Formats: sequence, C-alpha cells, structure tokens
Amino acid sequence: MQVFLIFMSAILVNNFVLQRFLGICPFLGVSKKIDTAAGMSLAVIFVMVLASIITWLLNGLLVLMGLEFLKTIVFILVIASLVQFVEIFLKKTAPALYEALGIFLPLITTNCAILGLALLNIQNNYTLIETIFNALGAGFGFGLALILFAGIREQMEFADIPKPFQGLAGTLITAGILSMAFVGFSGMIKL
Amino acid sequence: MIMAKLPEELSNGMFKNNPIFIQALGMCPTLATTTSATNALGMGMATLAVLIMSNVVISLIRKIVPDKIRIPVYVIIIAGFVTMIDLLMHGFLYDLWKTLGLFIPLIVVNCIILGRAEAYASKNGVFKSILDALGMGLGFAGALLLLGSVREILGAGTWFGLPLWGDAFNVFIMILPPGAFITLGLLVAGLNWIGISKEEKRKQKEKEAKAAAQAAEKAGA
Repeated sequence: MQVFLIFMSAILVNNFVLQRFLGICPFLGVSKKIDTAAGMSLAVIFVMVLASIITWLLNGLLVLMGLEFLKTIVFILVIASLVQFVEIFLKKTAPALYEALGIFLPLITTNCAILGLALLNIQNNYTLIETIFNALGAGFGFGLALILFAGIREQMEFADIPKPFQGLAGTLITAGILSMAFVGFSGMIKL
Repeated sequence: MIMAKLPEELSNGMFKNNPIFIQALGMCPTLATTTSATNALGMGMATLAVLIMSNVVISLIRKIVPDKIRIPVYVIIIAGFVTMIDLLMHGFLYDLWKTLGLFIPLIVVNCIILGRAEAYASKNGVFKSILDALGMGLGFAGALLLLGSVREILGAGTWFGLPLWGDAFNVFIMILPPGAFITLGLLVAGLNWIGISKEEKRKQKEKEAKAAAQAAEKAGA
C-alpha cells in the first residue's frame, strides 16, 4: 500500500514538472509535438528507473565508507556514464528502440529531474522497492505533464496570440494554467 | 547610460544575453526557489559563487585538458564547487540551506554554468572569464530577485520578510507553483512588449526621416 501511495503521489500530487519544477528544460523544449513528447517521456522513464536503482545501491556503498558528502559528484558522473552506456547498449541490441529514443538520450544527462530523483530517494530514506516505484511514478508523472502540454501546444499553433506573448512568455503562462490543475491534487496524499 | 560604462563582458550577461529572460536557461531553480526574495537572492548568490569559481579553474586549465574529455572534466570541477557551497551553506546558513533543499546540489546540472564553461571560460583568459561569470551570475541573480520579489510581495504581502501591507491583499497562488510560471511568463511578455514597441518607434522614425529626405529632395528639384 505504501508503495502504491508513493507511486501515485509522484505522478499527481508531487508531479515532478508542475509541482517540483524538475526537468523544466525538456518540458519547455521538447513539447511542440505529441510524438516527440512521448519519445522523450519513454526515454526519461527508462533512465529514471535505471539511475535510481544504481544510485541507491551506490549510496549504500558511500555510507559504508563514510563518504556521503561525495554523493552529488558520484551521482552526476554515474548518470552521465549510464546514459552513454544505455545509448551504446541500445544501439547494438535494440536498434528499433534506439531509433525511437536515440536523439533524446544525450539530452537526459543534463536533465535535473534524474539527479533530483536520485537525491530525493536518498533524502526520503526509501527502500529499494520504494525507490523503484518512486522512479516509475516520477517518470510517468513527467510523461503525463509533457504529453498533456504537447497536446495543448499543438492546439495553440492555430491560436491568434498577441505579439508580446508569442514564444516563451505564452508557453510559460500555459504551463502555469496546467500547473494550477495539478494544485488541485495537493494534500490528497500525505507521506 | 549604465550599459556604456560597463565592460562588454560584464554587460553581456546582465542585460543583452540575460540567462533567464533572453536565453531561458536554468529554468528549474528560477521557478522553484523564487517563493520569496530571500530564497531567490540566496539561490542567485550560490549560483554566482559556483559560476565564478568554476570559470576561473576551467579558464586556468583550458590548455591542459584534452578536447575529447573536456565535458566530464568540467562537470567534475563544477560538482566539486557545488559540494563545497552545499557544505558551507549547511554550516553557516542552515535555514536557507533547508528551504532551498534539493536545489543546491542541483546547481551541478544548471545549464548556465556548464554553458559558460564551454562557451566562454574554455576559450578565454582568467580575468575575462571572471568578468563573464560576474555578468552572467549577476544577470541570473537579478532576474531571480525580481521574480522572487514580485511573488513574495503579491503572494504574502511582505518583502525580505518585512510586512508591507500584512494580510490586506494576498494572492496566495503567487507563492504556489502556478504563480512561478505565470509571473515569469508575464515578465517575459513585458520585456517583449518593450522590445517590440522600441522596434516600432525606430521604424516609425526611419520612415519619417525618409519622408523628410524625399520632401527635401522634391523641394530642391
């Protein structure tokens, strides 16, 4: 039950993009079309789960050696090399999946949602199972926000927006309105 | 004019290529930590400190680092300085450290810092890199402070914790996440509007000058 609550909370109540402000760059950058948004979301879910498991295990090692203060440095290096490794691995073994996710993978290294998630798992003292579900929830939450937003932006292409609001300004305000919808979930799950 | 007096390296980041309003980099900390002016200033200063130190070191070692592994090297240097700032803030500014929380270690993945390392410090001398870091960092901190002030004043009726009008007028949503998106959106739109109206005025003037020149030509003929 606890695991399910963590999962739902990461999707809706503490949505990574709209409530925690993690991963805003891809959210604003790769949300022009639903297809690309879906590809990006899949890549993020994949890397989030892998990175969470590996960083959780590594943190155990760091705690054993009394080197917890190094976790930011270790995590960012692990995530960067993990993304590279996944890219090479997918290219060799699953070319179809690589075609779909390939261009998004390098972008993920600098995605603060991944490092943020890894640090949050440690901060909240999650067990390995809880960590995996938190990562799944965070990934799906990211995907939900990204795809919803891409849908809105596809419609906005046809709208007649006043000149100062075209581009970044209009995008941000739309994101604000979407975020308002997610505020409605706040307080529903208290962990 | 203030801009004319400042060296090019400094004014570039503060105004012309402001990381937030023009380049739209580093959006996550911008939106997340501007719930109050104090938090915004704290985040801005922490980022400024990391940016200056990483620019100095990267500029110093720019000729030694092999081109192929430069990005991982930069990331380790930045992560080292971020850890230092994290520990320092934990020691001396505990309350601020607690409210900023996750976003202090996340300075590592702030694209402004890696962006300046790659685009500027790896190609220029130490002194110029410091100026560039100062300009970009102050531009970032200034934008954060502006956003944080607007949100705190409208949302809580205080500024740096000082009560302005108490509970008489509060738009609570400004402190919540949607307020961050909407305030930044409106600020960017305002800047766009100023830019557009300036451009139009310039065109209008050009048109008038042309018309005047033509009239003068006709009169001369």
